[in-house]
Amino acid sequence: MAVLLFELALTFYFAATIVSITELFKSSKITSRIMLSLAAVGFVLHTANIIFRYVTAGHIPITNPHEATSFFSWCIVLIFFILQFRYKIVLLSSFIMPIVFILMLSSSMLSREIKPLSPVLHSYWLGIHTVFAFLGNAAFAMAFGVGSMYLVQEHYVKSKRLGGLFERLPSLQTLDEINYRLITFGFPLLTLAIITGALWAESAWGSYWNWDPRETWSLITWFIYAIVLHARLVAGWRGRRAAFLSIIGFLTIIIAFAGIQLLRKGLHVFP
Amino acid sequence: MKVFVVGLNHKIADVDVREKLAFNGPKLEEGLTRFKELTEIQEAIILSTCNRVELYANVTDAGLASESVKTFLSEFHGINRGSLDNALYIYDDIDAVRHIFRVASSLDSMVVGEPQILGQMKDAFELALTRKTTGILLNKLMKKAISVAKRVRTETKIAENAVSISFAAVELAKKIFTDLSKKVVMLLGAGEMAELAAKHLISSGVKEVLVSNRTYERACELSKEFKGRPVKFDEFIQEMVHTGIIICSTGAPAYILTRSQMQKVMKERKQRPVFIIDISVPRNIDPEINDLDNVYLYNVDDLQGVVDANMFERQKEAEKAEKIIEEELASFLKWQSSLDSVPTIVALREKAEEIKREELAKLFPKIQGMGEKEKEAIEYMATAIVNKLIHPPTAALKEASEDKDAIVATIRRLYGINGEEK
Repeated sequence: MAVLLFELALTFYFAATIVSITELFKSSKITSRIMLSLAAVGFVLHTANIIFRYVTAGHIPITNPHEATSFFSWCIVLIFFILQFRYKIVLLSSFIMPIVFILMLSSSMLSREIKPLSPVLHSYWLGIHTVFAFLGNAAFAMAFGVGSMYLVQEHYVKSKRLGGLFERLPSLQTLDEINYRLITFGFPLLTLAIITGALWAESAWGSYWNWDPRETWSLITWFIYAIVLHARLVAGWRGRRAAFLSIIGFLTIIIAFAGIQLLRKGLHVFP
Repeated sequence: MKVFVVGLNHKIADVDVREKLAFNGPKLEEGLTRFKELTEIQEAIILSTCNRVELYANVTDAGLASESVKTFLSEFHGINRGSLDNALYIYDDIDAVRHIFRVASSLDSMVVGEPQILGQMKDAFELALTRKTTGILLNKLMKKAISVAKRVRTETKIAENAVSISFAAVELAKKIFTDLSKKVVMLLGAGEMAELAAKHLISSGVKEVLVSNRTYERACELSKEFKGRPVKFDEFIQEMVHTGIIICSTGAPAYILTRSQMQKVMKERKQRPVFIIDISVPRNIDPEINDLDNVYLYNVDDLQGVVDANMFERQKEAEKAEKIIEEELASFLKWQSSLDSVPTIVALREKAEEIKREELAKLFPKIQGMGEKEKEAIEYMATAIVNKLIHPPTAALKEASEDKDAIVATIRRLYGINGEEK
């Protein structure tokens, strides 16, 4: 059942991605509605899949690469719908749905086997720590999408050639504001993820900080986003610079996530 | 029964000719009434705007109608009849319908896509309705023209994108800022284009208007006009710290705002974005300012470039609109031809009845000693034969089909019904 739900969710996300890409070229109310409905159905199926796995495994399903990538995509879609509800920027889907689909596709190619949890992971910290980390990173993923949109729109306005997506992209100020909000939402979550991670590490291994590659990279991302926020408040680094930094920040997260799994080093590697 | 158009527009006539033929104010109602009274005309509408004067009618014979309308125009406006011969365009039937659809959809306008014409057309139709100068054909035509125009507006981008410099400035401002009602606008100097841009921005709802000018008295005068606050000219840079939009149009021979000054302003603004419109020639604002982050500087040529690009877009959209009009034209003509089948059916029945009457009149005197009962029976049979014979062609005429025109024509020929209706 979980497998079927996952495959269906993947299919709907795929369809939504295709429609969202065509939206870049030609858009109408109908295509936008189709896109949102497809994504919404995908999201419901995806949620059901996660609940199923939760019930089957008896713990939050983020304990293998398949589940982690899938849950991460789920968080991104969740934030996408929240933003959609608040700001109604359908075009955002063209920047976000492809990311979701690629993540889900890679998730589908990874092993879905539910293995017994190692005793270290068997803790209430598992749920708390990972949910903070994933939601925070999902917010940063959205900031990446919105930042890209900002750079595209800024290019139109600065170069004085107002073709292409200019009409349909929101104003620069709106994009900048969403970007800022996403980072102010993601940053405390990342901070909490690091703190809960440290507390968990202390209870599991007796040490708050082990310089595990994941910990190190998290610290690096934490500093990047701390700089984004600090520079904005103090030096007024908004607009292009903020968008640019949010793109760099998310790329760091992706490199860390993929790199650690591929090199298979440290405490955060899945069995 | 066909649609007929006589008129002139900005393309074929200068304003002095157009104003001579215009139906202004009370002249419109009077003109409409008299136009409708012409014997060659069954229905009438007059559309009179500053760019066009057009008379729409339902006529039987376009040639006769055009002569009579020209005479009417020359008499009504007191102009030489001969001067009208080459001054007007005249369309009938399909060309007339197409023309009206194009006018309503703003494809025939001076600024393609401008929305006012549709409202003017609605007004012309309203007046005709209240004066009862229209009937089945023009009512349907005008309703169709309005719906075609709406379809063109929703299905093409013909009315999107600003095609004037001042509107382009407003459009840009909306793509830089989320909410103009929280923005302060400063007008530096004066000038027609700058004031127009300021007016458009103000009507989009801005928080505050500042007016600065080299002569402070002038700034005070203008600020009254814009319900704004005057600013001394040597203080305008200081005011920029909390001003989001600046429209500049002074006669200064050199830059009044340099890059380093702007850098300082931006620092004090904490880099909050600024939109500067420099309409002055020579330019008053150092163009290098556009390289600064969060500063968007547009001069007159930049805005003109935006307008030109938008114009080009509209032209492309106009081609799509023409296709829509051809589609709708076909559907209107289909409706119109279905109308023609009604008189055909009537004529067919009349013809059959006539034959029946004649034959019965010939038959009855020939047969001796026929009682009322027998006569009734024979009459009944004749009626039944007539009805059965004309039923299939009548049904074919009533049925709305693709080749309606052909069927109407064929039946008229086969039964020897002449072109003359009624």
